[in-house]
Amino acid sequence: MRLHARIVAFVSGLGVLLSAAGATTGSAQESHIGNLTGHAAAGKKLYRRYCVGCHGQDGDGAGENAAWIDPKPRDFTLGVFKCRSTPTGTLPTDEDLFDAMSRGFVTTNMPQWLPLTGQNRADLVAYIKTFSPKWKTTKAGTPITIPQEPALTIESVLHGRELYQKMECWKCHGSRGHGDGPSAATLTDNKDLAIRPYDFSSGSRFMCGVTNRDLYKIFMTGLDGTPMPSFADDIKPADGWDLVHFLRTLQPLETPEAGVWQAWLASHAKELKPIGPPGTGQ
Amino acid sequence: MVRWFVKGVGGAPWSWLVSCVVTLVCLGAAMALSGGRSKAYTAYSLAVHKTKAIPAFARKYNLPCSACHTAWPELNAFGQRFRDNGYQLMNDRDSPIWQNPSYIPVTFRMTPNLHRESATKQPVDAVPGDSTSGLVSKTVTQSGFDLSGMDLWTAGTLYKNISFVLLPSSDNTGAFHFEAAFVRFDNLFSNRWVNFKVGKFELDNLVSEKRFLFLSGNGGAYQSYHFLPGGDINDFGLGDNQIGAELSGHSDNSYTRYGIAVLSSTDGQVNLPTSQSYDAFFTLSHAVDAGSMGVERLGAYAYLGRRPTYFQTSGGVPIPGTGTGNKPFYRIGLAGDFFFGDFELLPFVMHASDNAFLATGTAANVALPPGAQDAKWNSGFVEAHYYVNPQFVVTARWETVRMSQQTDPAAPTDLGNVDAYSGGIRWYPIMFSRAGLSWHTEVSAVRTRGSAFAATDNVWTSSLFSGLDFDF
Repeated sequence: MRLHARIVAFVSGLGVLLSAAGATTGSAQESHIGNLTGHAAAGKKLYRRYCVGCHGQDGDGAGENAAWIDPKPRDFTLGVFKCRSTPTGTLPTDEDLFDAMSRGFVTTNMPQWLPLTGQNRADLVAYIKTFSPKWKTTKAGTPITIPQEPALTIESVLHGRELYQKMECWKCHGSRGHGDGPSAATLTDNKDLAIRPYDFSSGSRFMCGVTNRDLYKIFMTGLDGTPMPSFADDIKPADGWDLVHFLRTLQPLETPEAGVWQAWLASHAKELKPIGPPGTGQ
Repeated sequence: MVRWFVKGVGGAPWSWLVSCVVTLVCLGAAMALSGGRSKAYTAYSLAVHKTKAIPAFARKYNLPCSACHTAWPELNAFGQRFRDNGYQLMNDRDSPIWQNPSYIPVTFRMTPNLHRESATKQPVDAVPGDSTSGLVSKTVTQSGFDLSGMDLWTAGTLYKNISFVLLPSSDNTGAFHFEAAFVRFDNLFSNRWVNFKVGKFELDNLVSEKRFLFLSGNGGAYQSYHFLPGGDINDFGLGDNQIGAELSGHSDNSYTRYGIAVLSSTDGQVNLPTSQSYDAFFTLSHAVDAGSMGVERLGAYAYLGRRPTYFQTSGGVPIPGTGTGNKPFYRIGLAGDFFFGDFELLPFVMHASDNAFLATGTAANVALPPGAQDAKWNSGFVEAHYYVNPQFVVTARWETVRMSQQTDPAAPTDLGNVDAYSGGIRWYPIMFSRAGLSWHTEVSAVRTRGSAFAATDNVWTSSLFSGLDFDF
């Protein structure tokens, strides 16, 4: 009887250990997006169908098409991602990866995978997380807090413009936001490959979204793996919205920000100090 | 199984069998000699080191075939959205300015093959060469190596949101025609619900016959799309590309789609050979996200058309384009595309009607044969695909056509009825962004009620087909 009890205890203990091991592995093998739970095993088949051509069999961004693609496909083995809601240096949430996959990247070859079912995309997120050991040892970061957007005013836009000058955004993005600043040609990513700064005149979509909140997130979290840093330590949350309002005026769109800006500019253009290196007349 | 096969191939059993074996051995040898440590490695070797050609869109966007196709040429949901967006992924790679000036978006597709065709109860001279010897019922069989027609397909964007297709296509003798040619203005008024195209194009059939996975003589067309009762002078085929203009639209993920087309009543023939009449085609479909099952789509369609029954003549010879005495016909029905994981089911149903003048081949300015009435029939099919993996698919199809009203009330009610069966496999040893090769093997059989000898005869036609379907 005692022997039997020991066997039961041993088996139970083993079961607990195996369960724990399974749970540890499982966390990297699954993704959780809202009500969806993605499974890596299902994602593997989808990855082969949709992703392997660019991101490669091993997720290292060395697919058969990588040689012809600029910018290069993401190397999932590094566990470094541009578009996150989490602070710089941390792993993105499953939702971040899901959103990136659904949204695509307007300035790269990565298309919008919107026609895939939500479950399919969740499965792919789970599989993508198997490529880097980081996902087994590190938790995803905690999403940053984004304060309520204040009312749009010309003061906000002008203050944002000052920040654009002060934080030296113009060095990469250029004085008009065309991605042609003096440092633009020298930029490289974390794989030492040339990379271009975002050109705000190119349209309505940013690298990581289309809304003002998306834009706020981009410069508050930074685009990891690129020269675009996080300004979370340098810009106060309220000031961040001012910068958003100014950046919106750089787009060739009829945004509310552009309306406020153009109205002010019509009578105050001469008051503007140029953006760029001190002493230049841009 | 072997006994059945040998018995089934009848007239030319051993030559067919030997040819099949030789083809298989040659293909296997080619694979092995090209590198052969594993299937994947073999395929890679063939693609990269021996193939220089490039499929059109895959080259432009650097996506594998399987991104847009369940198994090429059939589109998946992602490919459907790409097509609906005017061959654009909706990123800045869409504009032609992104392309190297030497880039020409051309794809060639052809299928060298070995096939066997057989038809029972055919009228054959009792003594070969002697037309007076009387006709006897015989089975006619042909087999041998052959070529398919060739598609020379080019498509893309002329400018952001202006796309085009040009598809010169030949039969297997090299005689070309324009299978498709159109310009499409996409996302008009920055609205994806408003797209307009003009030219010759495939009807927006939910189940496309141009992109399907059957190639054999009997299985390579949907009976439902082309069926006409005996003696009917209507030339319309739902699977035929038509000439006209189409207004279409779709939701962001293309789950909801519509199309309205106005078409010349010529069944896609150029030079306005018939009349100045116009047809109309309407489609509407909606898909739902079924989670891990996939995207489930259901749609409805209606084609309303007219065809002339006689022409103005000159010296008794019809003058092209002067057709008159137009009489109506229609095709209406439902179609679906349902996924159950790796299993895809494509159901299709149709109700069709041809006016009595068309069905009897009677000019509208003369009286109909006594008792003649509209010809009506119902048809449908269920097609199944099982995707073992993105490079291997098993296909099967059952199809039926049932006359519901004969134009001649005295005719047997089942005269002209059709049952068709097809099955096959497609293996894609090469499926890369720069070339595609599929080894396609298919068997199909069609039973039609009524022969030249008796209305109660069942005529069987069958096809065995094995070919190398390549696209570059």
